[in-house]
Amino acid sequence: MTAIDFSTTIGNAWFPAPTFTASGCASSGRELAQFFPLREMGGVVTKSVMSRVRLGRPTPRMAETPSGMLNSIGLQGPGIDAFLAQDVPYLVEQKARVIVSIAGETVEEYSTLARKLRSVSGISAVEVNISCPNVENRGLVFACDPDASRRVIDGVRRTLGGELPIIAKLSPDVTDLVSIARGVVDAGADGLALINTVLGMVIDVNTMRPQLGGKTGGLSGPAIRPIAVRAVYQVHAALPKTPILGMGGIANGKDAFEMILAGASGVSIGTASFGNPTAIMSIQSELKQMLIDRGFKSLKDAVGYAHRVEEVSNE
Amino acid sequence: MSPINKNAKQVLAPITSNKRVGIYHQIIVNIGDLAQKCKPGNFVAIKVGGDNSALVLRRAFAISRVSTSSASGGTMELIVAPHGQGSTWLCNRVEGDLIDIVVPLGTAFGVPTEPVPVLLVGGGYGSAPLFGLAEVLNARGSKVDMILGASTSSNIYAPMEGKRAVNTMRIYTEDGSAGQTGRVTDHLYEQIKDLKVAVVYSCGPMPMLSAITTITKALDVVHQCSVEESMACGIGICMTCVLPVEGEDGSISMLRSCIDGPVMDGSLVSWKQVGKTL
Repeated sequence: MTAIDFSTTIGNAWFPAPTFTASGCASSGRELAQFFPLREMGGVVTKSVMSRVRLGRPTPRMAETPSGMLNSIGLQGPGIDAFLAQDVPYLVEQKARVIVSIAGETVEEYSTLARKLRSVSGISAVEVNISCPNVENRGLVFACDPDASRRVIDGVRRTLGGELPIIAKLSPDVTDLVSIARGVVDAGADGLALINTVLGMVIDVNTMRPQLGGKTGGLSGPAIRPIAVRAVYQVHAALPKTPILGMGGIANGKDAFEMILAGASGVSIGTASFGNPTAIMSIQSELKQMLIDRGFKSLKDAVGYAHRVEEVSNE
Repeated sequence: MSPINKNAKQVLAPITSNKRVGIYHQIIVNIGDLAQKCKPGNFVAIKVGGDNSALVLRRAFAISRVSTSSASGGTMELIVAPHGQGSTWLCNRVEGDLIDIVVPLGTAFGVPTEPVPVLLVGGGYGSAPLFGLAEVLNARGSKVDMILGASTSSNIYAPMEGKRAVNTMRIYTEDGSAGQTGRVTDHLYEQIKDLKVAVVYSCGPMPMLSAITTITKALDVVHQCSVEESMACGIGICMTCVLPVEGEDGSISMLRSCIDGPVMDGSLVSWKQVGKTL
């Protein structure tokens, strides 16, 4: 096989492959480790963790939709202390590269979480999830408000210092994604994770009520892929130097390649892993082969390739 | 911490037969040596709809029985009702078709170390995995009695050969079209006492499992139930199939019915809080 540089970087973090789990889609990592060695993918983005234990939203939490699904988990998790004591050491022991995803209810909670990460070894980067749709108060979705987004990232940046790269995870449910992206990058984000799920609803026609316990949920899967590709393309056009983790319905190597062409430096896989535990491994090998087949010497050469201006020959 | 689903494998497995049994389909899948790893209560997650399907999630099915001695290698039996798009797709598969499965998944029914009288309670086709369990319990010397219930007679799943491992079988239907009119829980209290039952095993709709728990708790009898909750992945990564379960310290945790279940200790499930905001 032809050699290709398949690595990617986000801030000062280097990853041997551009393939990651999407936060909230790999639980603690142990669950997927039964199906492939975690170190073989680019990295694990952990489930967004909050300060305290959180039970999440009522069931049913899932509704399948055409080429997708709604989820309504509501950030169930063990809290940062248990997470750092149990989950991170396991991932480090597996030699997985770890991006810890954090979520807070206030600007201060994000900073508190960031402070706890400062002294933890084995973490490659921090994802700041400011866009979880499954919260009771939509006003709490920081990523829908440019000013709140900036304040969260600014607080995390000040707390972390210059050590760990920060990836801000943004919502597509906004009018002007580029301005929000620009704001968080100005506030100190090294990279962006695009996109979180799209807010949706299913009504059960038998019960004639919303199907999810939490009524609304986040839509994921191939149904949202064109939205994700558009978001990545727009943001990469405006901020070509900012690495983007592209996600939203990537199910095979072709989908991943599309996201790279739009401007993503890496891809995260979520819903596809629900349907196929080894999806990340096959997406990784298919993407690599597609890059080789098209003559790319490195992944980085393909990032944003769809933006290139055609050279017009006037001979 | 012990590994999760340590025996689970993702394989392409051939269907060796697909027969209609009343309103259900009995589907036999050749899973080779994996059959030896499957225990009563375990389930399988099956990719449905074919390669270009808009159905992106696997479907979970209880394994009703396994055979490790068939001519073609180990097999598992599934009892499937063609209710939705995914189960209908599966019921339309024919002998020789390959299906993408992940198996075995989840917890299994605990089998007593000593032979003790046990009672198996099934609702609808929830009875299917109880027949595989009955065979295991019977082979260990336990006296196995069974109670099955459904809304109407056609929804009762009770194969002739399954009855061999069972001492008595009582049937209840809500419309009286088979057996006694009523529900499986109507005389359960007396039946547990009369049969000197040590363990109740159950599989069926959640309200049934909840009602059984009320009775087993009052009699201080062990209740192992196989729960059902909407599930996206079946392997523990999506966090959608959770149930409120009481821990040793009395606190409630939301446990995944795919990994900490489907077989759970009924007395620890906080049934009143299922589907509620905690």
